[in-house]
Amino acid sequence: MQGALPVIGGVSFSVADGEFVAIVGPSGCGKSTLMNIVAGFERADRGTVRVDGAEHAGPSPKGIVISQHGSVFPWLTVQQNLMFGLNGGAHGRVHKDRAALADHYAEMVGLKGFEASYPHELSGGMLKRAELARAFVVKPDILYMDEPFSALDALMNLRMRTELLRILGEERHTVLLITHDVEEAIYMADRIMVLSPRPATIQASFQVNLPHPRKLSSPQAQTLREDILGELGL
Amino acid sequence: MKALFDRLKKIAPPLAVMVVVVAVWWAVVAKTESAIFPTPWQVVAGAWELAEDGTLWEHIGASLFRVGTGFGLAVLVAVPLGLWMGWVSAAYRTLNPIFQMLRPISPIAWIPLAILWFGVGDVSPIFLIFIASVFPMIVQTTSGVHTIERRYLRAAANFGVSRTVLFRRVVIPAVLPEIIVGMRIGIGVAWLVVVAAEMIALRSGLGYMIMDSRNAGNRYDLVIAGMIIIGAIGLLLDGVTRLLERLRTVRWRYIR
Repeated sequence: MQGALPVIGGVSFSVADGEFVAIVGPSGCGKSTLMNIVAGFERADRGTVRVDGAEHAGPSPKGIVISQHGSVFPWLTVQQNLMFGLNGGAHGRVHKDRAALADHYAEMVGLKGFEASYPHELSGGMLKRAELARAFVVKPDILYMDEPFSALDALMNLRMRTELLRILGEERHTVLLITHDVEEAIYMADRIMVLSPRPATIQASFQVNLPHPRKLSSPQAQTLREDILGELGL
Repeated sequence: MKALFDRLKKIAPPLAVMVVVVAVWWAVVAKTESAIFPTPWQVVAGAWELAEDGTLWEHIGASLFRVGTGFGLAVLVAVPLGLWMGWVSAAYRTLNPIFQMLRPISPIAWIPLAILWFGVGDVSPIFLIFIASVFPMIVQTTSGVHTIERRYLRAAANFGVSRTVLFRRVVIPAVLPEIIVGMRIGIGVAWLVVVAAEMIALRSGLGYMIMDSRNAGNRYDLVIAGMIIIGAIGLLLDGVTRLLERLRTVRWRYIR
């Protein structure tokens, strides 16, 4: 039997409504564990997660997770995937309305014309768009993004950043992004927190006061990048 | 034109093998001048004779009926049971050992018990087919549930769907490809067993036809005709089950 390994030390932070916060850290530092706890998939041995002041007990559609490998259901069409979160009785909408809502978001992420396609017929980038759209459909308060674009090729990775920001301009969401890609964080986030190696603590925090669209080659962005990499010991 | 040529290139090698087998068979029989072992032509003639007087169709129909019933019952039992065992770990722990123990027992070993319990009629082979095909399908379905990727279950939990939706939209479609694999295995053993069972106990069916042809006057042409027909129908049954793999909702599992 393995002993309990302390993965996360004392991590305490709050995220404002509508804020985009990125957490960067070396691989294996407990980023994903932290995300799983915040999203409600794992329980912390100590401490609490509060959303809107109420203790957050488990996963709920109020905070949707977008992960590296994605979880678009391969047995459902794009439209059926997008409608998945609307299936509950709570939404109580008729099929036609749900389909219309799904198609609206499919169009927003650039999947118009692919509503009837199955995921295996899509490219990696399109699959990621479908996953984002599936999340947006249920209008979550928070998006938990765990290395969302790191399985994509470099070009698609860059394109998806821009796409995400465009959509976030239309649909206001609070975003918690976990990444090892410092530039990705600088490009998108309002605030960047650097995690220390295990047991993870918040080592440093940076406010990113740059207007969008950001240029990573700008002197401010470069300085910020140097500072963050310095914190990571690089 | 090119498509036709490609198809031809695909089917030519296996066809050539069959031609060679038949040719060798024919040559050997002709050379040894066997009085009892038939030539390919005699087999075809014998089969034709049975087809014309209708008995061949009766035998095929009887075998297919038994397989259909036994296999159908097995699907009805195995799929819900396998899903339940896969989902509820207490059910798995309780039932898996006994199924694992019953599974390796050849269905042929059940024949005496089948005769004792159900006599010599349609019920015995149906029971044997059921026994033969139910366990592989249970095992396959259960392992299908166990191998559902956690990210899909998490996504379902994330969207807060009800248990009914979880089962209908996630668990069952995720396991469906495994269920189909189980059905292919199940129909394969079912066909194997019906013929074996009919050889021993009954008055109809392809297995009976084979034994009866030998007993009633060494009609080895009909024995071999029966064997070939059994092989062809087995291939056909597998092909029909394979069609299920083409369903659009399960394609994801079989590509790449």
